Amino acid sequence: MKEEDKWTEVITPRRGLFDIKLEELWRYRDLIAIFIKRDFVAIYKQTVLGPLWLFLQPIFTSLVFFFVFTKVARLPTDGIPPILFYMSGITMWTYFSDCFVKTSNVFVSNAHIFGKVYFPRLATPLSIVMSNLLKLLIQLTLLLIFMIGFYSSGKLSVYPNWTLVLLPFLICLMALLGLGMGIIFSSLTTKYRDLAFLIQFGIQLLMYSTPVIYPLSSTGGKLRTALTLNPLTGILETFRYSLFGQGVFDPMLLLYCLGFTFVTLFFGIIIFNQVDRSFMDTV
Amino acid sequence: MSRTVIKVENLYKQYRLGQVSTGTLAHDINRWWHQMRGLEDPYEKITTLNNRTDGDESEYVWALQNINFEVKQGEVLGIIGKNGAGKSTLLKLLSKVTSPTKGSIKVNGRVASLLEVGTGFHKELTGRENVFLNGAILGMTKVEINRKFDEIVAFSGIGKYIDTPVKRYSSGMYVRLAFAVAAHLDPEIMIIDEVLAVGDIEFQKKCLGKMKDVSEGGRTVLFVSHNMAAVKTLCTRAILMNNGTIFKEGDTSHLIDEYIHINNNFSENGIIARNAQRIHQTGEAFFEKVQVIDKANEPVSIMGFKSTVQILAEIHVEKEISDAIFAFSILNSNNDKIVFTEFPENSFKHIMLQPGRHRIKFVIPVQMNPGTYYISPNVMKSSGESIDYLENVYKFEVTKDATEGSHHYRWNISHGNVYGSAQNLSIDKIS
Ligand SMILES: Nc1ncnc2c1ncn2[C@@H]1O[C@H](COP(=O)(O)OP(=O)(O)O)[C@@H](O)[C@H]1O
Ligand SMILES: [Mg+2]
Repeated sequence: MKEEDKWTEVITPRRGLFDIKLEELWRYRDLIAIFIKRDFVAIYKQTVLGPLWLFLQPIFTSLVFFFVFTKVARLPTDGIPPILFYMSGITMWTYFSDCFVKTSNVFVSNAHIFGKVYFPRLATPLSIVMSNLLKLLIQLTLLLIFMIGFYSSGKLSVYPNWTLVLLPFLICLMALLGLGMGIIFSSLTTKYRDLAFLIQFGIQLLMYSTPVIYPLSSTGGKLRTALTLNPLTGILETFRYSLFGQGVFDPMLLLYCLGFTFVTLFFGIIIFNQVDRSFMDTV
Repeated sequence: MSRTVIKVENLYKQYRLGQVSTGTLAHDINRWWHQMRGLEDPYEKITTLNNRTDGDESEYVWALQNINFEVKQGEVLGIIGKNGAGKSTLLKLLSKVTSPTKGSIKVNGRVASLLEVGTGFHKELTGRENVFLNGAILGMTKVEINRKFDEIVAFSGIGKYIDTPVKRYSSGMYVRLAFAVAAHLDPEIMIIDEVLAVGDIEFQKKCLGKMKDVSEGGRTVLFVSHNMAAVKTLCTRAILMNNGTIFKEGDTSHLIDEYIHINNNFSENGIIARNAQRIHQTGEAFFEKVQVIDKANEPVSIMGFKSTVQILAEIHVEKEISDAIFAFSILNSNNDKIVFTEFPENSFKHIMLQPGRHRIKFVIPVQMNPGTYYISPNVMKSSGESIDYLENVYKFEVTKDATEGSHHYRWNISHGNVYGSAQNLSIDKIS
């Protein structure tokens, strides 16, 4: 038997750019599952209102938006009842922003664990994306309940259509885009701890450049072209179109988003892997 | 011949000291703005302060250099050496927490490392939830944890508190549960770094017992500890590290002697520098002086047979400590703690220390047999956490000749370290 055949593991300095070890990640699937549970349980054990907050958050935000943007600013909502319009936007948007903000901080907030024990680091951002998925599903259910409420009171005259089958795809895109952007920024936050504040601010800006509180159809010209460069535009518009049959449904936008997501994710994972190597020595 | 399970070849690890960036975006932008206007770097002062005090200009430090060794299956290898010798770095490389700069490590079998107990414990979660979380972080599957759950709880002695959030646990309970999880990993190779520095004596014994079981089950253990007694009883072989290299390798008790020899933390006058090697410290207080003194309050390093030991210590307290406990050990040249003194002795009393310098003087009412001894001071909180804990800061020798009287030590061999005078002795002829 040759010497090198019998080792289960050889640890050397070089780790290739593309050495991502997906099979190892799969071996640690139980860890991912437990991380998801931890995130979920820990968050809702802390607050007084507990899981109730999950429901109150989109309702409150929608009400605020309704007063500010519909009553005061008189922004159009594509013929969709404003509350539903905002709630659908917020639900999807919150998912993206949670994924992004939380993964962007993953090295800093997990430094104490990463410095002590080895496991595939990608398990952490992946679990963040998935534990937020749970929240998203609950809030989507809430949206459904509101929609049924509006239908039964006859206040809703717009209907879902076949594009609703795209919903899982839209959610995946959001998750992967949030993950990709998040892990790219996670490398920057290791260097600049104060970047977290900037990200909080940046995400607000990004929200206003995404059709969350206004429909894409209300814009035109150069502004509209600029907005379509935002990969999130396609996702939000398609989502509303599938629910209410109103808005812009453009397969090209979705394809662009798909491409953008994969490129982001690809670079994100490479950067994440590289930072993982050097960051642990500085904590 | 058992097979080799770890093979370390030409291993090097380099750390970078200080960061190129200041660590905050605002500072870097400010620095850049200063440079643009030809002004001096506003953060220069901060970075020079961070430089190492020993005048070492280099930005890099070799934490490990040219490490080569092999470990066979079933061995319990002790890794000893002063603080900063590179022990933790070596274990971190073995457990893949960080990667080497040069060289390679070949491993055969599943490795579980215990660099710190309770890694990933979440305060809000219950003991039960944390067992699963911590177990999974350490690499166990859910099925495995389920299988061992009852055993883990039994070992920890947590009992009915298992469904209480760990934030309500005492630090002792926390450590016990954490160690219990780690002790029930079923790895082929187990790596342990100073975990026994925490927890009560009873539990430490239990841990050592568990580790012995693990190794007798044919598994391999790598064990870093300052507890020489534990290293001696557990390890079949040891590596003595010094300054990032392997100083010596071989028989455990032989290396422990060697370790004490190079671990010259002590200074002639008992003055302890701020940067002296500490076993544990929180920064709230620093011992500045520990001496053995004579009747004239002068430091002594040689004293006669049957002398009692009078100690003078000075401590600088940075921050008020409301629950201090002092503990002083006298160690012999085997690094065995042979005399121990603590105060206050009543476990419900603590000493309040205001910021500033304090002088402590006391006599340990024992009489010493000839030999070489070391003092190890420790100031703790009531939780047992050491505020400042140093090893072997003062060395003194007890000779065969008595300082007073004429009772000299008359034997050629050692009969132990502490001399106990027979008290209230009466010898009566009864028939
Ligand atoms: N993350 C780090 N960055 C810079 N230097 C480090 C880092 N970790 C350890 N070192 C240095 O490497 C050397 C070895 O440290 P360590 O392995 O912790 O020693 P030990 O565990 O034997 O006390 C020390 O000089 C220490 O200052
Ligand atoms: Mg160490």
